[in-house]
Amino acid sequence: MILEHAGNAEARTLAGWRKLGGYASVEKALKGMTPEQVGEEVKKAGLRGRGGAGFPAGLKWSFLDRKSDKPRYLVCNADESEPGTFKDRYLMEHLPHLLVEGMIVSSFALGAKTSYIYIRGEYMYLLRLLEKAIGEAYAAGYLGNDILGSGYSLDLHVHPGGGAYICGEETALLESLEGKRGNPRIKPPFPASQGLYGCPTVVNNVETIATVPHVLRMGGEAYAAIGVGKSTGTKLISASGHIKRPGVYEIELGKVSCEEFLLSDAFCGGPKNGRPIKAVIPGGSSVPVLPLALFLKTAKGEARMMSYESLADGGFVSGTSLGSGGFFAMDESACMVRNLWNLTRFYHHESCGQCSPCREGTGWMEKVLHRLEAGQGRLSDIDLLVDIAKKIEGNTICPLGDAAAWPVASHIRHFRHEFEYHVKYPEKVKDPRHGEREPVAMPK
Amino acid sequence: MPELRFSPAALAEVKRLLAHYPADRKKSALLPVLHLAQNELGPHLSVPLMDYVAGLLEITPIEVYEVASFYTMFNTRPVGRFKLEPCRTGPCALNGAEDLIAYLEKKLGIRDGETTADGLFTLKSTECLGSCGSAPVMQIGEDYHENLTFAEVDRLLENLKQRAGR
Ligand SMILES: Cc1cc2nc3c(=O)[nH]c(=O)nc-3n(C[C@H](O)[C@H](O)[C@H](O)COP(=O)(O)O)c2cc1C
Ligand code: SF4
Ligand code: FES
Repeated sequence: MILEHAGNAEARTLAGWRKLGGYASVEKALKGMTPEQVGEEVKKAGLRGRGGAGFPAGLKWSFLDRKSDKPRYLVCNADESEPGTFKDRYLMEHLPHLLVEGMIVSSFALGAKTSYIYIRGEYMYLLRLLEKAIGEAYAAGYLGNDILGSGYSLDLHVHPGGGAYICGEETALLESLEGKRGNPRIKPPFPASQGLYGCPTVVNNVETIATVPHVLRMGGEAYAAIGVGKSTGTKLISASGHIKRPGVYEIELGKVSCEEFLLSDAFCGGPKNGRPIKAVIPGGSSVPVLPLALFLKTAKGEARMMSYESLADGGFVSGTSLGSGGFFAMDESACMVRNLWNLTRFYHHESCGQCSPCREGTGWMEKVLHRLEAGQGRLSDIDLLVDIAKKIEGNTICPLGDAAAWPVASHIRHFRHEFEYHVKYPEKVKDPRHGEREPVAMPK
Repeated sequence: MPELRFSPAALAEVKRLLAHYPADRKKSALLPVLHLAQNELGPHLSVPLMDYVAGLLEITPIEVYEVASFYTMFNTRPVGRFKLEPCRTGPCALNGAEDLIAYLEKKLGIRDGETTADGLFTLKSTECLGSCGSAPVMQIGEDYHENLTFAEVDRLLENLKQRAGR
């Protein structure tokens, strides 16, 4: 649905996008609906935020403080920096007008007169592409004053980040948009009452906003009929790692099994080097890793499906999370200690440094992991890591602390034997490519 | 040293950027203006250059320094003419990122984070670029170079050297 015209180069121009039915939702909403009715359809659709947390978009919109006499803002989160995630980039590159269209109807629903797309600075070429699409939309009367004679006016701008994962966190993003360091704010107050410039603000992910035109086109109820249960609609999954067919796939939530997604040629196509897949991180680096067996089947032995609920089945003991849809798979040659050290280095590097458990804890974990990986660790280091992770979790201003703790807990929970191996056979792990060169170093 | 003043075209761009934000929120334009400053008058943001930006946006110099130093894309210290930024994060590390970085280090004769003696290249490995499905990947300026092989790296570096007239 979302990616329907992604392969069609015509879709990238306004004229082409219109020919394909584009901007119909703007006509429909601005000319024939009230903002409340648009919000109602999004609620009925059961659309959940696609940025990672899966919070219902309609509900979030309903929290927006509409009584305040301050301006309201819609800010699109295009900061996409969660390792393994590259779906928003694909969407914006192939369907820039779908995002612009979504921003117009969503801003209308929220009563925003100015809206922003906050895009990570590394995507500067996409910023230029979006600005071009926005320019076309102004020229065609879909943006600016009195859009299509409806009386509704909207300005839309793109704002670049400067290279900081933390700016994906919505309050850090707002700080950054105000020209400051990306330090997350203490909540409450929530952006719905005090967001950008202290005004009521909604922050939504690119994919969430790009789905709204489809919800309006087909109606909220019809959208909710796609998918399974509370996992309504479709989700973009960016797949990478040791698989044959990396790329961005759109799946109907709950209708594709994890086995099919990993092995079928319609999706990942199975392992690429002929070695069996050992582990999967299905929702971006922050969600728990699962060993293959638990990825394919829940602890109860049921086939696991690609949906919010099924991936979460078993909680963090035997389950994981759909997260951002940043899916990556590791085969038998991957060293889980090295993988965790790498990811922990990432969180340490990206910690904004405001809270000591996150700032110090991530640095400490990185150090301990580095020495384990180099064959200089002790057995007690393994429980030390679990302990540090526990002390970070829940004790920080923003969820980056949790995001750094979960991979540590899950890597050790499911692959403790690999950590022990590093302590017991230091000479075998001296070569940094031990995973690949010495598969024996990674016993089952 | 280029003159620390924007060209008329860049000044027009600053004006366009400022119009994106409320009139009393000029500071909001800081990130886009710093990108512009680094592109036009860089490749690094010297203290006088940051002071110039502060003046344009009517904010204090410290407000610019603290922001410039927070974000990895801004070079607050001198860098080479071309900054090579290979991704080093997990998904890419599964598909050759470590080999790519090691190859670049060997080829350029420098370590990650350093600049070649001729001032042409700075090597700075970076975190996930949103290109994990096309690993190994390296960003140079605004361009993404994906699914890299060593031969392509050789070609890329050759092209950059030619562009610099070396
Ligand atoms: C450390 C951190 C990084 C995040 N990065 C992103 C991101 O890159 N893109 C995104 O849409 N949401 C990201 N989020 C989630 C946002 O805070 C926010 O929940 C989301 O943009 C809301 O949009 P949605 O409800 O449409 O998903 C991040 C959260 C945290 C804690
Ligand atoms: S948890 Fe980490 S990233 Fe989040 S506010 Fe605290 S120090 Fe900053
Ligand atoms: S991990 Fe390298 S681009 Fe995402």
